[in-house]
Amino acid sequence: MPASAPFQSTTAAFLGGLRSALTSAFFLVLAGTYIGMGALAHGFGMGSWWLALSTVLIWAAPAQVILISSLGAGAPLIEVAIAVSLSAVRLFPMVVALLPLLRAEGTRLRDLLLPTHFTSVSMWVESLRLLPGLPRERRVAFSNGLSVGYMGTAASFGFVGYYLAAELPPLLAGALLFLTPMSFLMSTARNAKAMMDQLALVLGLVLGTLLTAANIQLDLMWTGIGGGTLAYVVHRLREATA
Amino acid sequence: MNAVWTEMSPYLALILVGYLPNEIWRVFGLVLARGLNEDSQIVVWSRAVATAILAGVIAKLIVFSTGALAGIPLGVRIGATVCGFLTFLAIKRSVFAGVVAGEGALLLGGWLLGH
Repeated sequence: MPASAPFQSTTAAFLGGLRSALTSAFFLVLAGTYIGMGALAHGFGMGSWWLALSTVLIWAAPAQVILISSLGAGAPLIEVAIAVSLSAVRLFPMVVALLPLLRAEGTRLRDLLLPTHFTSVSMWVESLRLLPGLPRERRVAFSNGLSVGYMGTAASFGFVGYYLAAELPPLLAGALLFLTPMSFLMSTARNAKAMMDQLALVLGLVLGTLLTAANIQLDLMWTGIGGGTLAYVVHRLREATA
Repeated sequence: MNAVWTEMSPYLALILVGYLPNEIWRVFGLVLARGLNEDSQIVVWSRAVATAILAGVIAKLIVFSTGALAGIPLGVRIGATVCGFLTFLAIKRSVFAGVVAGEGALLLGGWLLGH
């Protein structure tokens, strides 16, 4: 959608973000992902309202999958906490990369609290794509509208999946779980216009597979630091010689 | 008392071993990002690290699947990923077209091998 529409007010920007959320490809992807999540929660014996609360509080599909499957399987709580935290490391550089884009003259710290909590793959990818086309003073409101749209979609379809779960054949349940990696892969690739981002994507795919296969501890952290730094260094070297 | 505990403990676990260990990284980001602008080298580097970690999560979900997806053979999952990505590249980098093609290939492959 054209992000250039100038919003007359904060409310208009919020509603613009909401509309953008409900008409993007991520709407279908989140719907499918959270139908899968609902089915998973049902399978592991967690409640439907518990799932909805976890969507609002955690708001990160990989962490929720880990929490549901490991709590449901009766893993030790400390192990669950470590696994969830490792999967969430990516939120740190995402917030660091996003907030400078949201900030305008006179933006207060408390204006950034909600966008910080809302930061997740779908919102991050779409914000990085759409925000540069918006006036700075409307960006926080637009991004909040976008996030509320996505979170509402996810929470609603979690209930749908929960109550559908008993009916779902295994192949279809597998296909729903496949939606998350497919949409993450393609939306990240679409956003990766600069060489550095494309290189980071490829290196991350390769390193993530190799380090997991080799049973390396903290595999995701090393994938990010190794692959990301290498992509960054190559980018700096090319800039220096250009 | 015991009944209340049984009722409340999943919610307590959600907060303590779900919400807090997840949210802490967002809060760290908020603290570090204060005063940085989007052209800062640390912000550019952070974008590269975030992209690489995200790619790692994608690879793990596809190659080392769990739950119902693990029941579909690895070859089918990788073939479907390639199929989806090629469609994405062929049709004007459309995420929607790529996801539909990947899902279609996965369902077809899983169905054929399941029969």
